[in-house]
Amino acid sequence: MDGFKRIFLKRYALMTALMLLPALAWGQEADVLDTGDTAWMLTATALVLLMTIPGLALFYGGLVRSKNVLSVLGQCFAITGMASVLWYVIGYGLAFGDGGAFFGTPGDKLFLVGVTADSMTGTIPETVFATFQMTFAVITPALIVGGFAERMKFSSMMLFMAAWLLLVYAPVCHWVWGGGWISTHGALDFAGGTVVHINAGIAALVAALVLGKRRGYPKAQMRPNNLGYTVIGASLLWVGWFGFNAGSALGANGTAGMAMLVTQIASAMAALTWMFVEWIRHGKPSVLGIATGAVAGLVAITPACGVVGPMGAIFIGFAGGFCAFWASTSLKRRFSYDDSLDVFGVHGSAGIIGALLTGVFCAEQFGGAGFGSDEITTIGGQLWAQGIGVVATIIYGGVASYIILKVVGQLTGGLRVNEEDEVLGLDLALHDEQGYNL
Amino acid sequence: MKLVTAIIKPFKLDDVRAALSEIGIQGMTITEVRGFGRQKGHTELYRGAEYVVDFLPKIKIELAVDDEMLERTTEAIVESASTARIGDGKIFVCDLEDVIRIRTGETGAQAL
Repeated sequence: MDGFKRIFLKRYALMTALMLLPALAWGQEADVLDTGDTAWMLTATALVLLMTIPGLALFYGGLVRSKNVLSVLGQCFAITGMASVLWYVIGYGLAFGDGGAFFGTPGDKLFLVGVTADSMTGTIPETVFATFQMTFAVITPALIVGGFAERMKFSSMMLFMAAWLLLVYAPVCHWVWGGGWISTHGALDFAGGTVVHINAGIAALVAALVLGKRRGYPKAQMRPNNLGYTVIGASLLWVGWFGFNAGSALGANGTAGMAMLVTQIASAMAALTWMFVEWIRHGKPSVLGIATGAVAGLVAITPACGVVGPMGAIFIGFAGGFCAFWASTSLKRRFSYDDSLDVFGVHGSAGIIGALLTGVFCAEQFGGAGFGSDEITTIGGQLWAQGIGVVATIIYGGVASYIILKVVGQLTGGLRVNEEDEVLGLDLALHDEQGYNL
Repeated sequence: MKLVTAIIKPFKLDDVRAALSEIGIQGMTITEVRGFGRQKGHTELYRGAEYVVDFLPKIKIELAVDDEMLERTTEAIVESASTARIGDGKIFVCDLEDVIRIRTGETGAQAL
């Protein structure tokens, strides 16, 4: 964890350094457990899991047609299981094992054999840190589900997700949080704007393009089966996001408090932004729009939440809501790709704008906590570092996702279900069940 | 005897029922239906994706009346169901050959 600690200290320099002072003063090398930090991180971990099941599952589940509702809920649930097990086997080691700029060396983290009840990560037990990160490894692949919803084979989906988690998520996670090359270049990503949202957004876009459009898109009626689910899901995402963002402080401290405050401000601002933009453009504010805007704001503030102040949050929320609206409506129509549930439109676009604006609003003159490394002295310099992180994630994630999809397609005889099954609906075709028996 | 079938806006159902009770109509059957006339359908918008919904929800009321009650019945429906805006619905009137009350076996006007 040495690399991680170094980054941790550098990133949240002021507050964290102050917090660690007592421990250092005792002249002890070993980390000392803080019960307050540990209690908060146990809670935050549960909150992040709540984001995927049922939060994200409902957010997505409500948006598909009634014949596919179970397939989406089931994909989120199955991914929760698979990503957790793979994280235990090797994922945690690949992401947080000591070593390389590109991959961590799993070493003693393989099967978590070196992680005991006494292992520490900073002031919390490593068991808590590993589980907290496990919930991130769960939600990120689950986010991709929205890109290929209503048409992918379950077997192809499982294989793709397994490979993607280990070959895309784990290394990018290592680059940013595990002491890898992006963090050592001073790029800021507090809670996962690049690792989680740009990464998932770009993978979903590539998957949507590789699989092709749903049959009948965009002419056929594809009305959401239950927007009530979607609003409940978005609300659970919002609540759970406090665990995601404030939990990324890895302690119960001032950084966590600021992360919580700016998360709420940005999300609220983005919800209002989408609502008003749609109201002006189409004459009526839509409930789906308000809920989607809130999620876009949460995405946009994610990389920024521990390093910007409330003023930054207002701007980032506005930009996130506006960009997501534009990407999910105008951009998507212009290029006519079928990113079914707007994963790229919401997570990709708001993730990118949030990551870039983090470089602006982290500046102390805007109430931020300062730049990402000692070498960076200007907003332009920080923006450059942010840009490199964004572009690297897009290129690596895009290319790797494409290759994985092509290989999985070969292994499973095509990524898509056949036309008959697609018309029948995935619930009956793939699961022999129906979501609604009214 | 006549069979009166009225298609009305759903929110007018309570008014129509009250108006018909007032003139002495003692029974009716209603169904939730969907359809379109000159009002056409409506447009739904989900994140910029527009879907035209052809059929709008309406309520269909069916009731059997004696010939001399017909005019008062249709007048009551027209008055109570009207908003004077497009989409208020229509009333269809057909001849009714017979009515049978299942409990007693009565037929014709006595069974109404």
